[in-house]
Amino acid sequence: MRFVFKTSYDADIRWFRHGAQLFWYMLLLGLMLALPLYFMWTGNPYLLGEINRVLIFSIAGMGLMLLTGQTGLASLGHAAFMAMGCYANVLLLNAGLPWLIAFPLAGLLAGLFGTIIISPVMRLHGVYLALATLALSVLTGDIIDLLEPWTGGVSGIAVPDISIFGYVINKYSNPYAFYYIVLAVVIIVIMAYRNLLRSPTGRSFAAIRDSEVSAQAMGINLSRTKATSFFLSCAAAGLAGALFGHDATYITHETFDIVMSITLLLMIVIGGLGFIHGAFLGAMIVGLIPVLIANGRSMLQTSFDINLTIPGLESALFAAILIGFILFEPLGLYGRWLKMRTYFELFPFYRKDMFRRQKSYLKTERVQ
Amino acid sequence: MPLLEIKNATQRFGGVVAVDNVSMHVDEGEVFALVGPNGAGKSTVFNLLSRFYTPAQGSITFDGKDLLKLTSDKVPSLGIARTFQNIELFEQATVLQNLLVGRHRHRKSTALSEIFFTPGVRKEERRHRDAVEQVIDFLDLQAFRDKMIAGLPYGVRKVVELGRALATEPKLLLLDEPASGLSVEETQDMAFWIEDIQKQMGITVLMVEHDMGLVSAVSDRVLALADGKELATGAPSQVQSHPAVIEAYLGTSGIQKGGTKVEGDKPKKGAAA
Repeated sequence: MRFVFKTSYDADIRWFRHGAQLFWYMLLLGLMLALPLYFMWTGNPYLLGEINRVLIFSIAGMGLMLLTGQTGLASLGHAAFMAMGCYANVLLLNAGLPWLIAFPLAGLLAGLFGTIIISPVMRLHGVYLALATLALSVLTGDIIDLLEPWTGGVSGIAVPDISIFGYVINKYSNPYAFYYIVLAVVIIVIMAYRNLLRSPTGRSFAAIRDSEVSAQAMGINLSRTKATSFFLSCAAAGLAGALFGHDATYITHETFDIVMSITLLLMIVIGGLGFIHGAFLGAMIVGLIPVLIANGRSMLQTSFDINLTIPGLESALFAAILIGFILFEPLGLYGRWLKMRTYFELFPFYRKDMFRRQKSYLKTERVQ
Repeated sequence: MPLLEIKNATQRFGGVVAVDNVSMHVDEGEVFALVGPNGAGKSTVFNLLSRFYTPAQGSITFDGKDLLKLTSDKVPSLGIARTFQNIELFEQATVLQNLLVGRHRHRKSTALSEIFFTPGVRKEERRHRDAVEQVIDFLDLQAFRDKMIAGLPYGVRKVVELGRALATEPKLLLLDEPASGLSVEETQDMAFWIEDIQKQMGITVLMVEHDMGLVSAVSDRVLALADGKELATGAPSQVQSHPAVIEAYLGTSGIQKGGTKVEGDKPKKGAAA
């Protein structure tokens, strides 16, 4: 087990707790930067597309994580905010704005609209807030239909290519450049997220999550802090949506459906609520399960001549996985990793119930 | 002029009058205790001060300012901090983070500057940490600094909650049953801390407490409530021996109930009103 000898307050402020942690994350960053080399070598960038999808979903996942994991507000409407970011990006690009301006602006607009739309239901909690945002999710497709002159409605709209100072990036013509763009956005969002967590705003989010009454008694303005959380969350979702549009190259009213909202929530619960890692692990699971199913299916087909085309197999599997996690691993995949690490760090002193959630002492929803 | 003054405050919940025309004042630098049987309205008085409730009538002034004009999240900025009867800590955060939330009223940075974690934010973080470390030293919480609240025993949580209130650097500290659920030793510690908070830090303390030992050990004046009505105000020993208080606690019959005042060396409620 590692003991960090802290000699200054900065030791608790720093991004990395110790040198080894810094080393591993830098190694990961290096690997991610070098990843396209592998695909250039194999010459088949198919899997890179899957990785892009995972990264894009992890951006949206981080957005939802900030809202659900950090502030404790559940949302089943995040696909709607992704749609907002996506359409805003497309419209701004079509209006002639350069991508470097249109893209961040799309995130800001998604955040702004998201906060405005959500403000009437912001006082709701838990399942009620989830239901209200679910309604938003249901409406998204119809709203896109209604706004046909701008959104293209049912027939859809083509997403323009990314152009940075005349350098045109298209998912098909240069997939590696697109990968680097996605990676850059991922890194920026992680940095913003980490900075937020170590500053008063992040702590006030946690305060609202754990006890609204005492957050208020500590001088935290509930509605303003919740609005901040929604804004940042929707902005991240908007950025993810804009990238998703570039990845899909063509979007219709069905692109951002309810299933995507549910998938996002699923993702962060499977990954581990409250951890940035959780957004990534969840995105990996959600992104890779369809690939695994497809591979398994073709393997069964080719080697055993079994034709396994059960409709709804993926949804059923997802549902089973989600239920499994909620029942057996409420801390998610990242929680499982933490437990394993603690087991080895403390070996042989690890106890089974070390991570068991303590039953909290009498706590009531009412003002007391 | 008293630091806190409540005049004729009345709070009703439907037909129940939880606080009935109560007037009291807390002078700067004293430890003032509210006592009374269950349902007397002690916690309601606290919630009035935290502005969770708005009284049906009456006025509350703190440090010359009208408290009723503020919303509850603005109350700490005046210098009023509180603890809760049933401990309301942020369970899934560490002790350090909990105490740092207490510094929220001193926050100057905006969410935007925090996203970029500008040098100003870092400097402020160090300053907050410094203030929190002083509280940690004062309450001997060093061993629990990086521990999750969710895994801490009840007694420590109670101290952390006191620490979180102290981290706000208040002028008036509201303690809602600081000794409930504590062992005899822990209660003694709490008594010492309350004394230090009053004498060293110069913070005025208003507390609700059932433990009469603690009340008589630390408080300068006591107000006894029953059924939302004021029974008696005065030095602890006088209030304890007051017939109306004894009746409210033990139900002795044959004694006239009413707001009889106790004569004492401390200023009475009637004299200041």
